[in-house]
Amino acid sequence: MRLIADQLACERSARTVFRDLSFTVEAGEALAVTGPNGAGKSTLLRLVAGLLRPSAGTLSIDGGDAEATVAERVHYLGHKDAVKPSMTPLETLDFWSRFLGGRGMPAEDALERVGLGHAAALPSAYLSAGQRRRLSLARLLAARRPVWLLDEPTNALDAASQATLRGICKDHLASGGLIMLATHIETGIPARSLALGGRA
Amino acid sequence: MSAFTALILREWRLAHRIGGGGGTGLVFFLILVTVVPFAVGPDLNLLSRIGPAILWIAATLATLIGLDRLFQADEEDGSLDLLSTGTLPMPLVVLAKGFAHWAATGLPLAVAAPVLGLLLALEPAATGAVFLTLLVGTPGLTFIGAVGAALTASLRRGGLISAVLVMPLMIPILIFGVAAASAAVSGTVPFKTPFLVLCGLSLGTVVVGSMASALALTLSSE
Repeated sequence: MRLIADQLACERSARTVFRDLSFTVEAGEALAVTGPNGAGKSTLLRLVAGLLRPSAGTLSIDGGDAEATVAERVHYLGHKDAVKPSMTPLETLDFWSRFLGGRGMPAEDALERVGLGHAAALPSAYLSAGQRRRLSLARLLAARRPVWLLDEPTNALDAASQATLRGICKDHLASGGLIMLATHIETGIPARSLALGGRA
Repeated sequence: MSAFTALILREWRLAHRIGGGGGTGLVFFLILVTVVPFAVGPDLNLLSRIGPAILWIAATLATLIGLDRLFQADEEDGSLDLLSTGTLPMPLVVLAKGFAHWAATGLPLAVAAPVLGLLLALEPAATGAVFLTLLVGTPGLTFIGAVGAALTASLRRGGLISAVLVMPLMIPILIFGVAAASAAVSGTVPFKTPFLVLCGLSLGTVVVGSMASALALTLSSE
């Protein structure tokens, strides 16, 4: 499986964020999108997730289920956690797993893996920022999708959780998954780097 | 369980938990209808004549309450992004959310209407007619409202704009709803004629509203 971007361009409110951007990500490979604030890292990930449309260029996935669109094969982990305060972590995860197509770990196991097993039945309103972030990470495990788009995944995570994140990502890569992560710090996930220019 | 039913279940849960606001519209409906006899005075004939209209006006206004959060809450916490990367097409996402919203807010209005009909001295036939017309009419109101909610999902304090946008579009449903409910007692036309038009309007609105809301959400996320 391979993610191919060809001559991608993106315009936001008549301003070019980037253009002529071509890259491929192979199975088992991670691509770190780097660059200063405002360089378009998040925009690129949202574009791959199908939340934005490219103004030019194409995006495709080679191999795998040919019926599915790119958006149906990606996990998007953005800045916002998509956690409802009145639902428990278990309910939240259960829902997203079903909604996103499932076929991953059982929700309980995924929560254990990110260290939230003890809080599974607590309303999410009581979770800290880091715990909510970990709940989002558990989503990646509970529904099986080959392409992970991680936007600043280490935000709000403590050292131990960052190690968990590294472990989860390595497992995903080892099982033939693809990862694109936007970051401006060293995450410790072995990745090829794609630098976005910034104020061009 | 499919993605569609999972989404309905989630929305239903959220509506009935703290901060969900599932009962707000119903309470507003109760207040509005209870206040009318005090304002109009104890003229039972007058009350029973305007009763169906009062119930319908109150139901229409009550529908507007809570609609502004239909998509905005999901937009704010990032859920909407994830909902659009699911396997479910966006119009079906809107359909599931709209249906759950109606079941939590619109359906209770129809169920409460016969009880409130007592306050307005409605005849049994009129009470039944109001219940039936609200039952088939409120889904239409919800899905017209969904279009306004989708258009203003990314605006702060978009509730007022949304209400101004959708209120005129709700008028046909209001007209046929009241017409059918009144026809049941003062029969110049049979109840069935306006009632079937109301059913048609409501069904059409559910489809068109889902498509239009999905389009509005896709456009506003870009």
